[in-house]
Amino acid sequence: MSGTGTDTTGRRGTLTGLLGALRGSTTAWVGLALVAAHLLVALLAPLVAPHSPVENDPANALAGPGWAHWAGTDQYGRDVLSRVLHGGRYALMVSFGATVLAVALGTVIGCVVALRGGWLDNLVMRVMDAVLSIPPVLALLVVVTVLGAGPLVIVLAVSLVYTPAVTRVVRAAAQGVAPSDYVTAARVRGERTTSILFREVLPNIVDVVCVEFAMRASWVILLISSLSFLGFGANPPTPDWGLMVAENRTAITVVPMASLAPIIALATLVIGLNLAADGLSKAWGVDRVRKGRA
Amino acid sequence: MLSFVARRLFSALLTIALSSVLIFLALQALPGDVASQILGRDATPEAVATLREQLDLDQPAWQRYLEWVGGAVTGDLGTSLASGEPVAAEVGLHLRNTLLIAVVTILVAVTLSVVLGVLAGLYRDRWPDTLISGLSLVGMSVPEFVVATLLVLALSITVPVLPAVVLDGPSASIGELLPAVWLPAAALGVAMTAYIVRMARTSVIDVMAGEFVTTATLKGLGRWRVVTRHALPSALLPTLNVIAMNIAWLVGGVVVVENVFNYPGVGSLMLQAVHNRDLPMLQAIALISATVYVLCNLAADLGAMALNPKLRSREQVGLR
Repeated sequence: MSGTGTDTTGRRGTLTGLLGALRGSTTAWVGLALVAAHLLVALLAPLVAPHSPVENDPANALAGPGWAHWAGTDQYGRDVLSRVLHGGRYALMVSFGATVLAVALGTVIGCVVALRGGWLDNLVMRVMDAVLSIPPVLALLVVVTVLGAGPLVIVLAVSLVYTPAVTRVVRAAAQGVAPSDYVTAARVRGERTTSILFREVLPNIVDVVCVEFAMRASWVILLISSLSFLGFGANPPTPDWGLMVAENRTAITVVPMASLAPIIALATLVIGLNLAADGLSKAWGVDRVRKGRA
Repeated sequence: MLSFVARRLFSALLTIALSSVLIFLALQALPGDVASQILGRDATPEAVATLREQLDLDQPAWQRYLEWVGGAVTGDLGTSLASGEPVAAEVGLHLRNTLLIAVVTILVAVTLSVVLGVLAGLYRDRWPDTLISGLSLVGMSVPEFVVATLLVLALSITVPVLPAVVLDGPSASIGELLPAVWLPAAALGVAMTAYIVRMARTSVIDVMAGEFVTTATLKGLGRWRVVTRHALPSALLPTLNVIAMNIAWLVGGVVVVENVFNYPGVGSLMLQAVHNRDLPMLQAIALISATVYVLCNLAADLGAMALNPKLRSREQVGLR
């Protein structure tokens, strides 16, 4: 796991760094634009959707694309386009919450163990390895069995599942920063760990953390959609892409759009996140490819 | 060298032990009385009492944990709450079926992706690379249930050559299951291929920029020789690691894909166990997956060490 967050080139600072990377990379730009478009649609869905996403209309069930329903209707006569426009809201909300939590937790833990080292580092990484060894879908299914599939449970469970992987990456990056002169200087000045963490280490690994965020977000969305597909996420009749594919899969020969539209929506969102992660990591020189999908 | 292997073995065992504790704790965290939680609100007191006895709930948790682990080590994983059969036999049968998919997936994905990855690396930034890299980006951006759905649409409905749903039970013979293996394996293989292609491409680009490749070319070695002697091995080595790292995710993918195709493997068994709140079964499957993951990573580490002399000597230096 080589997070090369130490090749400081002067342009640090989160926002300037991000803007600089964007200017240099079409890939990152396209990726972030795709994600932004999805966020915008999710926000504005109630305003722009032509129909209610949950209103049944049995008379018009399983209709093909037409003027009244641009993408047709599903088996209950619900408007597919409206459902697709609304369908990202659950996944985006839950995924965003879980990713923010996982990346924040992983960053703090990773930095602290990298700075402290010793037995604490050993102990924490042992536990993290143990969590990593339990496959995410499996861990989530266990949690859902025990605590139910409420959104809060899913957010907490997903963030716990992904924290170890983030911790590993951030720890590696922070270990690259920890021996540098300014950290030593801060230590000699007698600054506290929290202050060293936020003022010396964190600003220097912001790039690693950003790439990590985009990458984790793409996996979390895939995981959450898969859970919805399996029936452990959004509850019917809530419009959700994963759930929509599960509902309309059997009718795919009759109304292919009802399955294909949510698939396209989900794919473009994740492709956007992956492009952003690729572009940013390339612009910043963070090695992304050599990471498995844990 | 030997002490490195021993240390690595010990740490693998420790990780498995720790994850068994985590799994046990997670499943014991059912709020309230476990027995009445499993049976639901309408359960009769007698049924709850029977289940309590069956699960040994009157004993303290640590004692139950030790009994569970002790049993697991000797191959006794408890009794399924749903079927009343021994968990080990049932999981074993389903595990065989899932292994069938896994082996096909890994073989196909690795072969395909190493070829594509080397191609992309050799034709860096030209159209074969653009095409392969673009496809692998899409491949890693669509979840298994989407790939599975599209595959069914293409190969079971439009051109009906492969079965969309498996009708065989878990005890069907391998020969009977074989026609049903291809679509699930393909659905799983897409994302895995995408990841390995990216890895292999980067390794090839790194290697081809290396000095020994320039030397080999200057020495008059043909391009084909350079590729087979230098590019291919370097692309193969890191894939070991990716496969090991992807095992955890493969298990998750298996749950989804087996659900789509109704394939009688561990994934389907796991979903059944979730619906039935069959704790012994869930515990067993989680423990087995964790063990498989740790062992695969162990194998990948040791394999990489055996194949890469540089790594071997560095470890020796590090140990002195």
